[in-house]
Amino acid sequence: MAARKATSKPAAAKPNVSAEELTAYYKDMLLIRRFEEKAGQLYGMGLIGGFCHLYIGQEAVVVGLEAAAKEGDKRITSYRDHGHMLACGMDPNGVMAELTGREGGYSKGKGGSMHMFSKEKHFYGGHGIVAAQVPLGAGLAFADKYKGNDNVTFTYFGDGAANQGQVYEAYNMAELWNLPCVFVIENNQYAMGTSTKRSTHSPSYWERGAAYGIKGEEVDGMDVLAVKAAGEKAVEVCRAGKGPYILEIKTYRYRGHSMSDPAKYRTREEVQKMRDERDPIEAVRSMLLTGKHATEDDLKAIDKEIKEVVNASAEFAKESPEPALDELWTDIYA
Amino acid sequence: MATEILMPALSPTMEEGTLAKWLVKEGDTVSSGDIMAEIETDKATMEFEAVDEGIIGKILIAEGTEGVKVNTAIAVLLEEGEDASAVPTSAPVEAPAPSESPVEVAGGEIPWPLKPAEVAIAATLEPDWPEGTAMKQQTVREALRDGMAEEMRRDDTVFLMGEEVAEYQGAYKISQGMLDEFGDKRVIDTPITEHGFAGIGVGAAFGGLRPIVEFMTFNFAMQAIDHIINSAAKTLYMSGGQMGAPMVFRGPNGAAARVGAQHSQDYAAWYMQVPGLKVVMPYSASDAKGLMKTAIRDDNPVIFLENEILYGKTFDVPDLEDYTVPFGKARIWREGTDVTIVSFGIGMTYALEAADKLAEDGISAEVIDLRTLRPMDTASIINSVMKTNRCVTVEEGWPQGSVGSYISSVIMQEAFDYLDAPVITCTGKDVPMPYAANLEKHALITTDEVVAAVKQVTYR
Ligand SMILES: Cc1ncc(C[n+]2csc(CCOP(=O)(O)OP(=O)(O)O)c2C)c(N)n1
Ligand SMILES: [Mg+2]
Repeated sequence: MAARKATSKPAAAKPNVSAEELTAYYKDMLLIRRFEEKAGQLYGMGLIGGFCHLYIGQEAVVVGLEAAAKEGDKRITSYRDHGHMLACGMDPNGVMAELTGREGGYSKGKGGSMHMFSKEKHFYGGHGIVAAQVPLGAGLAFADKYKGNDNVTFTYFGDGAANQGQVYEAYNMAELWNLPCVFVIENNQYAMGTSTKRSTHSPSYWERGAAYGIKGEEVDGMDVLAVKAAGEKAVEVCRAGKGPYILEIKTYRYRGHSMSDPAKYRTREEVQKMRDERDPIEAVRSMLLTGKHATEDDLKAIDKEIKEVVNASAEFAKESPEPALDELWTDIYA
Repeated sequence: MATEILMPALSPTMEEGTLAKWLVKEGDTVSSGDIMAEIETDKATMEFEAVDEGIIGKILIAEGTEGVKVNTAIAVLLEEGEDASAVPTSAPVEAPAPSESPVEVAGGEIPWPLKPAEVAIAATLEPDWPEGTAMKQQTVREALRDGMAEEMRRDDTVFLMGEEVAEYQGAYKISQGMLDEFGDKRVIDTPITEHGFAGIGVGAAFGGLRPIVEFMTFNFAMQAIDHIINSAAKTLYMSGGQMGAPMVFRGPNGAAARVGAQHSQDYAAWYMQVPGLKVVMPYSASDAKGLMKTAIRDDNPVIFLENEILYGKTFDVPDLEDYTVPFGKARIWREGTDVTIVSFGIGMTYALEAADKLAEDGISAEVIDLRTLRPMDTASIINSVMKTNRCVTVEEGWPQGSVGSYISSVIMQEAFDYLDAPVITCTGKDVPMPYAANLEKHALITTDEVVAAVKQVTYR
């Protein structure tokens, strides 16, 4: 049996993390959180339309995995994509301007919240159809293997997506052809209003890979260091030509599924408990303070710096003009 | 600095809402994530969270106020140390009076079907219920639910399955209350597995049940297209008439508002092409209900194409215990002599608006709502074109292989000598749906385009 249970140690027990590293994760996670809060606000003002899915609560997942990636690695995800874009280094201005549907957005305003891409950062979207990104991610990995390089593709999907049939078709071929693909299940416990308990009697998603011979493990997604450690291991397996690998990352979304979700399917207390006890940003913050890696003032300065970046992105997104009407007719054929 | 807290938009289609309840009072300290109020949108009651930290300086809109427009200031937030004198002295914003008109239709009112007295000839002018029937006001959303619920009471082999249909009460609240009434044996939440549950639905239909399969939107039915076409539509034929799939596949179809290319496609022309399927696309609430009941009773797989924007629109619906609308019978919404405008579903909004505008210019348009695309009431189209000698079709889908192009071929084959101008097919633009507000508006069909097309075929 290829699959085996994870042994992710608590973050505090990992001594070899430098102050710079910790500070960088803090900043990256905080950027996502503040950016998403701002996006929620702009949505409320009518500047962002349609669907808008926030990533608040799940920040440690992408930040931890990006810490395990190298230049050339690819990533692909669902509509809940703002965090992934910021974490891989895409420009907050371009992301926010896409949210407002403006010329300065990553897709010139034509994609919107769910559909953004960056060739430069090897970010392949931004997909609106639940689980469609999973075979696509396996295909990206196929291309790298074909070309003979050692790049890896991070293919992100949700616990809800994990029940789609195409996931298992992709698993089978990915293992058959040893594709360098890390399948990342962001298990935030809900697919819209459906809890995992109400959608499957096989709740250990990573173990399903065993049926195809794929290795994997479960990871604490509220602990950025645990995510990073698991990511490094997965990436190593894939680079060695022994992929794919499955990471089931246990996480939690604080906000509703999208902006119009009243979230009546869970209690306010459940959300508050997560926020109070498991918040990934607070965890790093307290590590920085208790380890004397930073002072309250240092952190305040970081908060301020992030707030400025986010405010600037909102300004940019408001100022950027709407796309020219000619854009309606471009980019349909190559 | 004191900042105003604004009434938020909490759904893609929300323009105003009710400030149901304040959970904070003046003087309270709030921090990001705290729930400040409960707001009722067009779809649900939502919690409104604070984004910034501060102290509630003043509450400007009292709880219980209805019809609060998005972006109205509802409270003032102070920073620590500021006192209430920092509150702008402007008087509290008056709550706008609740709007009287049930649903706004851009550009004018939709005329209710011509009264029987005005009915001239065609059977298609008659309503589908007895003369003198009392009417009540209902949204399309309510009409669809009532149609399903009535049939479920009548026939216990009918059941509803789909994503979020039960406990969540429907992603678009179509199945509101149905879990309570029918229980979880008959109102069934599925995982996100369209191909799987569509296949299970078809199998259940083979096995003698009458499933209603809801797709959260028809965009996701593409995951299940193999079962819809290869399993549901073709089995009766392949089995020499032994077994088929008496079932309904339903859900919202077409563009909503700014949900981008993968969530905004009109599939009318796709499904209309398939023998073995019946295809329904209602516009009004009475048709939504009457056609839903017919669809559930039909022994064939029926594709029932709804529309998110129409869900909230209110129409007169006959106050009858049981009425159905037959398939294959169009409805004439407006009689005219100069041109025939043929449409269906949300396209009717543009068709009727255009007819109003044209009337101002002295052009009399006859407006036909097809209601079902397969079977299609081409006889009524031909009848009308023989009178008006001109035809314009209106739909949101793409131009190549559109519903309109089929209609124009039928007219050419059956009424060629009656035509005084080529048929014009008004459609959505030949592009994936853009997200940007200005581009989306241009990608969709507009009333002005319909007016221009009519002027072209009438040589004005
Ligand atoms: C094929 C398909 N079916 C349904 C939907 C509607 N939908 C959008 S997101 C979602 C829930 C997905 O949950 P999960 O995979 O857990 O991801 P999360 O939103 O929690 O990140 C659903 C049902 C869709 N976009 N695509
Ligand atoms: Mg989920």
